[in-house]
Amino acid sequence: MEKQLHAMLSLRGLTRRFGGLTAVDTIDLDLAKGELISIIGPNGAGKTTLFNLVTGLDRPDAGTVSFEGQDITGLSPERLAAEGIARTFQLGRVFGNLSVMDNVLIGAHTRLRAVKPAVPVIGPLLELGLALLRPSRVRAEEERLREEVKAILARFGERLLPRIDQPAYSLSYANRRRVEIARALALKPRLLLLDEPTAGMNPTETAEMQGLVAELKAEGLTILLIEHKLEMVMRLSDRVIVMDEGKKIAEGPGEQVRSDPKVIEAYLGHGLSGTAEQESAA
Amino acid sequence: MSSWLDHTINGLIVGNVYALVAVGLALIFGVSRLINFAQGSIYLVGAYIGWIAVVQLHTPLPLTIIVVAVAAAIVGLIIERFGLRPLQNSVRIAPLLATIGISFVLDQLVMLIFSPNPRALPSQLPDVRFQVGGGTIGPLDLLIAGVGLTSALLLFVFLRYTKLGWAVRATAQDRDAAMQMGVDVNRVNQAVFGIAAALGGVSGMLVGMYYNQIDTAMSLQATLKGVVAEVVGGAGNVPGAVIGSLLLGLVESYGVAVLGTSYRNLFAFLLLVVVLVLRPNGLFVSARQAPPEPLTGTFIAPSRPVNIPRWALLAAVAGFAILPLFPVSFYVLQTLINAWLLGMLALSLTLVAGTMGQVSLGHAALLAIGAYTSALLSLTLAVPAGLAVIGGGLMSAALGTLLISPSFRLRGHYVSIATLAIGEIVALVILNWESVTRGPIGISGIPPLALFGYDLISPTSVYWFSLAVMVVLALLQGRLLTSHLGRSFRAIRDDDIAARAYGLSLNRYKSLAFIFGGFAAGVSGGIAAHLYSYINHETFNTQQSILALTVVILGGLGNVVGAIVGSVALVGLPEVFRIAAEYRILIYGIVLLLLVRFRPQGLLGTV
Repeated sequence: MEKQLHAMLSLRGLTRRFGGLTAVDTIDLDLAKGELISIIGPNGAGKTTLFNLVTGLDRPDAGTVSFEGQDITGLSPERLAAEGIARTFQLGRVFGNLSVMDNVLIGAHTRLRAVKPAVPVIGPLLELGLALLRPSRVRAEEERLREEVKAILARFGERLLPRIDQPAYSLSYANRRRVEIARALALKPRLLLLDEPTAGMNPTETAEMQGLVAELKAEGLTILLIEHKLEMVMRLSDRVIVMDEGKKIAEGPGEQVRSDPKVIEAYLGHGLSGTAEQESAA
Repeated sequence: MSSWLDHTINGLIVGNVYALVAVGLALIFGVSRLINFAQGSIYLVGAYIGWIAVVQLHTPLPLTIIVVAVAAAIVGLIIERFGLRPLQNSVRIAPLLATIGISFVLDQLVMLIFSPNPRALPSQLPDVRFQVGGGTIGPLDLLIAGVGLTSALLLFVFLRYTKLGWAVRATAQDRDAAMQMGVDVNRVNQAVFGIAAALGGVSGMLVGMYYNQIDTAMSLQATLKGVVAEVVGGAGNVPGAVIGSLLLGLVESYGVAVLGTSYRNLFAFLLLVVVLVLRPNGLFVSARQAPPEPLTGTFIAPSRPVNIPRWALLAAVAGFAILPLFPVSFYVLQTLINAWLLGMLALSLTLVAGTMGQVSLGHAALLAIGAYTSALLSLTLAVPAGLAVIGGGLMSAALGTLLISPSFRLRGHYVSIATLAIGEIVALVILNWESVTRGPIGISGIPPLALFGYDLISPTSVYWFSLAVMVVLALLQGRLLTSHLGRSFRAIRDDDIAARAYGLSLNRYKSLAFIFGGFAAGVSGGIAAHLYSYINHETFNTQQSILALTVVILGGLGNVVGAIVGSVALVGLPEVFRIAAEYRILIYGIVLLLLVRFRPQGLLGTV
């Protein structure tokens, strides 16, 4: 119980069924503030569905999600974003026709104060009015956010800054993943969920990404990571959770999980290509 | 009691007809996730081919059915091959726009060949009625029921026991997997379009015989009814489409029995809106489905807008502003006034469809709301025309947004269907709410435009007024696009799931887009009302919605300058080339198709 008190994110008995398939099967998880937990498992193990349940894009059939002691089960993604939960997507969901700058600015949307007056009913109309009139405090806020976006983009070295005004559809696959992470950071998240941030990246790019995630962790950010590249998982994670067919089959420090016979069976027993590393390289 | 049974029989027969259309739509949706807006046009073509066969060729009934089925199937195959297959790897909006364009081209071709006047399509069956219980039933009723049941049976056998049928079902379940297993998806598409078109064509012929009348207005009605039935049954669900059709037939039949014929369509569209809101997946699908597959690729064509320097825009506006000082004819000014009015509508639609990604097909309804509000304000409350126009804009913004709000949770094609239906509902309410709208008589004697007590009667003053209003609206919209709202709208359009995950409420921002766009459209309608001095329920029709859509695509989706350039081009060029009015809609349809195929980003690029 000690653990639950300090947990930033707690999942209890979280379950999601699609027809006859139980994609997420009574998952319990506690993520403490500042901790980094990796979720690994073969494709189709239910990792992304779990992310969808936590971020409100899908609702669980059973179980609860609580965030900083508050029950957030079934809340809308918009609400959860405002609570400080940010995520990236497995297949990459950048806004294709928006520039890199605008993509990342959308990440800061929940933080807009000057243009999003918290007035009931007529709030949206005021928002429209302020967007059209743009008094100085609105311009100042926008300017401040733009500077902040540049600072975030600078974390990716020269990958994104020179392309700041280019539309996202023109970016390479790896750069789109970076834009997604920059967008998530612009939300100033309290909890960050990264869904395969290195998918489709070469070893150099993967190492860069690993460095960035390590930096974020060092800054105290709480992170839930889905990742296939075990090397990275082992280096970054405080704990590793292994999922297979919706169930949690192992949990613990990286090395311990790695030698767990159940985990080896989950990867090998499905007749997949051997180890997870090979699988992700394919 | 006897009439009750009669209404039930009538409802089931009409439902059977809808089923023939809806099953085709469901098949097509199943394999290509596409709502074929041209289905009603094929139904129309079927009715007219039936007329040729019966009246000109005097074919016997079985042969008539075969001729219609084969001819309609060929039309379906042509649509698939030349209209849709080239767009397979295109942006998501492309096939939607293509079927809308095809539908307009087909309807106009039929209208040009056969004239818009209704024709009689005699039934080839003896005119007798049999007593059944308390009601009566005729041979044609039995024929329709028979054709419906036979087609359902043949379709069932095809889907279940033939190899191509398996391929169709496999493609419907998982297109990529089917392709990997060696299914020729193009052949599947062909088969499905052929079957859907044959069923649709026969259905059109049967309806023509049933009412002994065919006319070109049948097309849109059939598309709408078929789509309603299909959506009620669950998109892509073939048995669901049949049940949805019968349900729709019964609801309409009982509704007409209680309230009268002019309410028939109102029931259909209300049923659609209720189902879309409460059970967007249809009545026969569990409400909670797996989350929709990730949408890769963009909704609109990715492009960089052409950057027009500010001085060039200023020069253009100044040029048009001083135009009346030169000796130009009244005709030129009149044409440009029309272009400015269309420009306001296009600004509205380019915001909603282009920037926000909600392809509205009911935009003329916003014009109508603005026009009626402005006209009634100035006539009954003696509000000065200038203020009344603003009132029209505000009413259009408020009421339009409220009416369209049920569609906010929908995506892509569903938005288009819902807005089309909502547009029809507005037209029907205007027609039936006589105490306020004066019904079919319309409103006459609307006072001319006035500003600060001065009547604007001369063409020059009206020209300046409408140009000024359009420029102000365009400037406001340009400013909106550079604000955080423009960014938010475009983000929701590109990926609404990612947008929600970053705190953008779809309801809030779609409402704001429709409020802003509704105002522009309402103002356009209001000015038009004072200019025409007479309006009725047909003044603002679907053709204007389609014209505005063509303008928006021509200019580039979301592009403010493009909307105005497109308006001037589509209003001006037909005048320059003196194209007869009846060919214009046809040309707009062809322009839309060519643009979607060859320049989806429009002249000035999408924003």
